[in-house]
Amino acid sequence: MTQFASTGQNARHLELGLSNEQAIEMYTTMLTARKFDERMLLLQRAGKINFHVSGIGQEVAQVAAAFALDRENDYYLPYYRDYGFVLAVGMTLKELLLSVFAKAEDPNSGGRQMPGHFGSKKLRIVTGSSPVTTQVPHAVGIALAAKMKKKSLVSFVTFGEGSSNQGDFHEGCNFAGVHKLPVIFMCENNQYAISVPLHKQLAGKVADRAIGYGFQGLQVDGNDALEVFRVVKEARERAVAGDGPTLIEALMYRLSPHSTSDNDLAYRTKEEVDTNRAKDGIPKFKQYLIDNGIWSEELDEELQLRIRKLLDEATAYGDKAPFPTPESTLLHVYAGDAEQGGIQ
Amino acid sequence: MAVIEYIDAIRLAMKEEMERDEDVFVLGEDVGLKGGVFTTTKGLMEQFGEMRALDTPLAESAIAGVAIGAAMYGMKPIAEMQYSDFMFPATNQIISEAAKIRYRSNNDWSCPLVIRAPIGGGIFGGLYHSQCPESVFFGTPGLKIVAPYRAYDAKGLLKAAVRDPDPVLFFEHKKCYKLVTGEVPDTDYIVPIGEANVLREGDDITVISYSLPLHFIEQAAAELEGEGISTHILDLRTIQPLDKEAVLEAVRKTGKVLIVHEDNKTGGVGAEVSAIISEELLFELDAPIMRLCGPDVPAMPINPPGEKFFMLNKDKVKEAMRNLALY
Repeated sequence: MTQFASTGQNARHLELGLSNEQAIEMYTTMLTARKFDERMLLLQRAGKINFHVSGIGQEVAQVAAAFALDRENDYYLPYYRDYGFVLAVGMTLKELLLSVFAKAEDPNSGGRQMPGHFGSKKLRIVTGSSPVTTQVPHAVGIALAAKMKKKSLVSFVTFGEGSSNQGDFHEGCNFAGVHKLPVIFMCENNQYAISVPLHKQLAGKVADRAIGYGFQGLQVDGNDALEVFRVVKEARERAVAGDGPTLIEALMYRLSPHSTSDNDLAYRTKEEVDTNRAKDGIPKFKQYLIDNGIWSEELDEELQLRIRKLLDEATAYGDKAPFPTPESTLLHVYAGDAEQGGIQ
Repeated sequence: MAVIEYIDAIRLAMKEEMERDEDVFVLGEDVGLKGGVFTTTKGLMEQFGEMRALDTPLAESAIAGVAIGAAMYGMKPIAEMQYSDFMFPATNQIISEAAKIRYRSNNDWSCPLVIRAPIGGGIFGGLYHSQCPESVFFGTPGLKIVAPYRAYDAKGLLKAAVRDPDPVLFFEHKKCYKLVTGEVPDTDYIVPIGEANVLREGDDITVISYSLPLHFIEQAAAELEGEGISTHILDLRTIQPLDKEAVLEAVRKTGKVLIVHEDNKTGGVGAEVSAIISEELLFELDAPIMRLCGPDVPAMPINPPGEKFFMLNKDKVKEAMRNLALY
């Protein structure tokens, strides 16, 4: 990026160890996730797809966290709004669209699961389900395996603040605390569990729950990409140094309804949503890049066009791709059943 | 070939598998230093260290869920539930997660996990130390369920379970731990999952069962021989997937069948076995399909007459077998 010679050496992202290219890649990924999400909402409104569960308002923290991890070795247990996260660790728009259209080629589940139920062994994205928080003990188990096998990796798991009330959250945190395991718990606190607001979900802070499990818990502004990057990076350093887990509560706001089946204005006001839209971290990060002389409106327009083209291609590909055969429903209940023609 | 107790066979299987494969480890409440409340894991921590005989916090969903995570990474965990009665907090992890990991990921991820849990009564355990939970998990595709009745099968099935690429629930009957002894080779062998076993050949009646009641059935069959009743006995060994062919073959042999289990009757494994027989062999039967099971009460009481009333024994199965023979 020699054309941006004006970049100050004391720019915050450089201080944190992110190159100009990486900072721009972060922004590109956030914007891609946002545009993907908006396109899915359109496809649902147009009747092309049945259902979408949105991550709008959460992309900044998701992408920033991913960039702070070792994307060659770490294991990820994302939850169903983590489109930005999975894009940042290597899933493509085409793969997401194959999942959205429930097509055979979908790497997440072969068209079996709802969109947002991620999984890719190649990318170390651990397969997830719909009952919330079951992934937390799994993350702890992977961290336990890493410790037993003396591997320098961490497992990174996300969930909503509603999930922080589930037993599996508490059981998983406690287990990880007792055994000082290399796991990072990141709560994407978007203020709502469907319709139930934060103050009806918990009386204290999610981050403070870590105190009871003997490790560090902290809050971070989920709209501040570089701050999220910093705290996740530090949590990772502690984890691989053998200093145990960290609970990060990233504060954000779910700008979309819970899902396309939800009317959010039945339980919150448009004013509240608009107030939070003004805090959106994506335009803020864009401005940061511009202020540092490494981004411009012209480049942004080019990027938007590029993303639109990729989305068009991915949507067309996903739409046209074949469904799984009906009989394939019988496959993969157990190992080797494909060879036997499936379970009968 | 040594004669050892059922519980020793389970311990030996774990020890051998841990020696064979360093990815095999045991985790659960009290499994480390104490060696298990029944001594099932005794000596494993001394031999393999505290990471591979891991004392966990008292939280069953985490015991199962952490084991699932480790299994997805590539380890071969054996998670112990202290009593199967305490397995229910882990049911979501077992049914929603372990059972569905291969299927929901379209064969990308797998969960080679064993969950061991002592089942059954007869030890004055009362409602919550005596249950047979197999019908809760039975009928959940993706799970395999085994329930050995003798020491030889306990070792061989547990070794097969550890090597199985899918989640296996290993239901060991706590009454069998010390009561049952038998010849167990100290060699490396497995009993294949999914294969039932004919324990006794006979011509008059067929009895199909699994776990502890088979001992009563064998004793009763020996006595009924003196009355001129010849009994064919099939041990299911694996409850899921059921060895359908072996069931049908055993029933064809005599045309009269009694299904026996300690778990309560309604919705039990016997109901499915009975349905399979009805679907395939109804017109070859010489008597109605009969079942002898635990009564449909929530669980067995601790008072001795109540427990005795609930539990099966030689006399109860003998009477049922005689009634079937005389039908």
